[in-house]
Amino acid sequence: MDTLATSAGEIAQSVRVGDVSAEHIVNVYLDRIRRLDGELHALLSVDEAGARAAARMLDSLPAEQRTRLPLAGVPLVVKDNILTDRLPTSAGSKILAGFYSPFQATAVERAVAAGAVVVAKGNLDEFGMGSSTEHSAFGPTRNPWARDRVPGGSSGGPAAAIAANLAPLALGSDTGGSIRQPAAFCGIVGLKPTYGRVSRFGLIAYASSLDQIGPLARTVRDAGLLLQVISGLDARDATSSAEPVADYLAELEYPLRGLRIGVPSQYFGAGIEPEVRSVVMSVLDRLKAGGAQTVEINLPHTEYAIAAYYLIAPAEASSNLSRFDGVRYGFRAGASDLVSLYQNTRAEGFGGEVVRRVLLGTHALSAGYYDQYYVKAQKVRALIRRDFMEAFAEVDVVVTPTAPEVPFGLGSRRDDPLKMYQSDICTVTANLAGLPAVSVPAGFVEGLPVGLQFIGPAYSEALLLRAGRMVEEVVERPRWPLDEP
Amino acid sequence: MADPSYEVVVGLEVHVELKTKSKMFCGCANAFGAGPNTNTCPVCLGMPGALPVLNREAVRMAVAAALAFNCTIRQRSRFDRKQYFYPDLPKAYQISQYDAPFAEWGSVAIRSGSTRRTVRIRRIHMEEDAGKLNHLGQNLQSSAGSLVDLNRAGVPLIEIVSEPDMSSADEARAYLNELRTVLSYVDVSDLRMEEGSMRCDANVSMKPVGFVGSLEDLPRVEIKNVNSVRNVGRAIEYEIARQSRLLAAGEAITKETRGFNDASARTYSQRSKEEANDYRYFPEPDLPPLMLTGEWIASVKAGLPTLPDAWRERLTGMGIADQDIETLVHDPAQLAFLTRCLEYESDVRLVTTWMLSDMLRLLNAADLTFAESPVGPEQLAELLHLIGDGTLSGRMGKELLENMFATGKSAKTLIEQLGMAQITDDRVLREQVTSVIADHAKVVEDYRSGKAKALGFLVGQVMKRTRGQASPEVVNRLLREMLDE
Repeated sequence: MDTLATSAGEIAQSVRVGDVSAEHIVNVYLDRIRRLDGELHALLSVDEAGARAAARMLDSLPAEQRTRLPLAGVPLVVKDNILTDRLPTSAGSKILAGFYSPFQATAVERAVAAGAVVVAKGNLDEFGMGSSTEHSAFGPTRNPWARDRVPGGSSGGPAAAIAANLAPLALGSDTGGSIRQPAAFCGIVGLKPTYGRVSRFGLIAYASSLDQIGPLARTVRDAGLLLQVISGLDARDATSSAEPVADYLAELEYPLRGLRIGVPSQYFGAGIEPEVRSVVMSVLDRLKAGGAQTVEINLPHTEYAIAAYYLIAPAEASSNLSRFDGVRYGFRAGASDLVSLYQNTRAEGFGGEVVRRVLLGTHALSAGYYDQYYVKAQKVRALIRRDFMEAFAEVDVVVTPTAPEVPFGLGSRRDDPLKMYQSDICTVTANLAGLPAVSVPAGFVEGLPVGLQFIGPAYSEALLLRAGRMVEEVVERPRWPLDEP
Repeated sequence: MADPSYEVVVGLEVHVELKTKSKMFCGCANAFGAGPNTNTCPVCLGMPGALPVLNREAVRMAVAAALAFNCTIRQRSRFDRKQYFYPDLPKAYQISQYDAPFAEWGSVAIRSGSTRRTVRIRRIHMEEDAGKLNHLGQNLQSSAGSLVDLNRAGVPLIEIVSEPDMSSADEARAYLNELRTVLSYVDVSDLRMEEGSMRCDANVSMKPVGFVGSLEDLPRVEIKNVNSVRNVGRAIEYEIARQSRLLAAGEAITKETRGFNDASARTYSQRSKEEANDYRYFPEPDLPPLMLTGEWIASVKAGLPTLPDAWRERLTGMGIADQDIETLVHDPAQLAFLTRCLEYESDVRLVTTWMLSDMLRLLNAADLTFAESPVGPEQLAELLHLIGDGTLSGRMGKELLENMFATGKSAKTLIEQLGMAQITDDRVLREQVTSVIADHAKVVEDYRSGKAKALGFLVGQVMKRTRGQASPEVVNRLLREMLDE
């Protein structure tokens, strides 16, 4: 078996039936990580010993137990803002460098219980704040498709790791597009679940009302496989949903007949690179040829989404990040008194983008500004949600480009935060409305990947995966950039 | 001292810790006095990735308390974050309720001297407590260091905010006592001010007579964290005198926060409101809105015990004096004792007289409450029966009660052991009476010549010869019969 050419589902199947040992699988991937990640820097820490021990444990299980594990022996990369018990969790920040959590995230626990083996932690923009992974305190990640370009962000490390096949599966987090945009930039599949579908317990909060953990994978099926395992109610997260978890794989291979795809003019006009638009439109044409319908729809409040997002997310972030004060854990700067302890720790511990958003959010919540910023942004949020509700009365899913552009050059946007924020234009609405959305590869522009996004009604993940699977069928499979010739 | 052209305006904010088994948002024990930081977990330590989950029992207790104060319960309320940096606040925000508290518009009837009035409660909200700092020196600033103990962090609190309806220190004391009494009936808190399970902030301002504007416009002084009912009274008295003095001298009163020094009985300035914190409240995104059904609220209400005002009515109906009623209702243990005792002895006046005189004296001397009394309600009732049927004289009863107290034995047992029963047999007593008359011819003559007092002496002589066991009624009757012949 050529392990590296095999999907997560196939790996798990081979390990379950005993065709191959989990230890062998893990060794193959660890080998690849050692060879390739020096240049990519997709990973912040690798747990060779722990991964091997976990794999051996799986191999020693009685066969009847192993056969029940949907992810038996599948190596998993976990974004470094999701807590793991054996590897440190830094959130890409100096303030948490070397921090070991006393507990593990529910999503990781569930993946591990399903047989996944955590091999490494993925790089990210500090605390998830960024769209390029250049805002990591530990250096940027390179895009496997073009090493001088960014992998997107903030889950750039996990996305690059999947594209470079450093692992078959990864867990990312998405607050305004942080799974989908890097998935698009790296030519892979990334899904942001409905708000509440996956427990946030153990995810280091950026913006609590927007954050969701979700899967990154090379195929829709593999993404569904991981989503299946991590979804569902968690008593430790009061915002997790009791809605029953659908079977995401049962009908995956059955194309949706007469799928009604909403095409919102707001996501195909100004601000979207024409080449990106053409790639997406061309996929839509192929889907139409297969029987899908496209319907022009209107999501009139889209133009306010970026503004609303960049008030709500920083507001919540300013509060969530207050706990990093140097008193109990993480980095502590030298100080002469309490106030300077706070000031020095936070000034030295946080990077520039984090400081910018904390200040923005603090201002938005300040007395005298709260109503005109935070409250107004929440009203916009309600209107955006209503736009989608109305759209879903007419269509099954809404389609957009995942990102308005192809991966941009490393360092090209570092000094232009507003331009950087515009990268989120297609993705933030799903977070603001709490809706699930998936990004699937749609093609290339001059060798650079382009992603297509479907947004669906709440808890329509099964539908989104089936629609994504249809896209896979009409898009030529890429030749992966770092795969062996 | 007080200027008649000003009226004193006092409002109180009282924090009450609820005595749930576990903390408000995690499973840690809610217990006073454990080793530092032993009752803690990632949630109450504010570790990254931890999330709060609401304790339903804390909600039940809070709602029960609010219903006992006749509050209106909001069926949909919300938690908010109150944000500030301090080492005893691990998340750098306190989960509280800001503009949608769970309870509003209640009232407390107070009695100050002979006057009765109603103090309105504006709102009651739920929040979590902070931890404790143990400074190695006098305070945070001057200490070489401070030790943080987070056992108390996350303990559920309710904050009861009164309207500024009180106009003296006496009324404030009466309000606090009544608050405490009602809460002790509802049984939701230990109410120990010295341990901090009940804490009080007092707002004091001076209103010009005839002032018709908003009280908010008056310069208000807030005295923070006073640690006993007595000290709240002292702090308010001092503050009234201080503000009156300033007004008399033509000086302005500064709106500020002041502390109270127990030793000097003075308040002192802590910070002026101009430099007050901006808490940047916003809705807590980690917790869904708190929804309470009418049905559930009704069930909490149905579970409330008989409250002090209802007891007052009932006891008045039984013919108990107002003063005794107040003593009884402020001590639920006393009331429980009375109720139990009345199951065995229906003479309410007899029971209350014995309870509030001899019983209370003995209990106070032994530093015991009625709940801890070695003489139970049934035993007291038995003693009263023995007096009622003439087995014991009143005086013998009092002596026996002391003996019962000391030994824990019942009245009947002691009477048998000590041969204490009252002698009522005419035949036995007639012998004693005859010999006393024979021995005191002079006194007999005095009596016959009209000196009524002489009879008392003769009764005393018979009592002495029977070591107090003779029935005074029988002796009296026999003496009269024989002397008046």
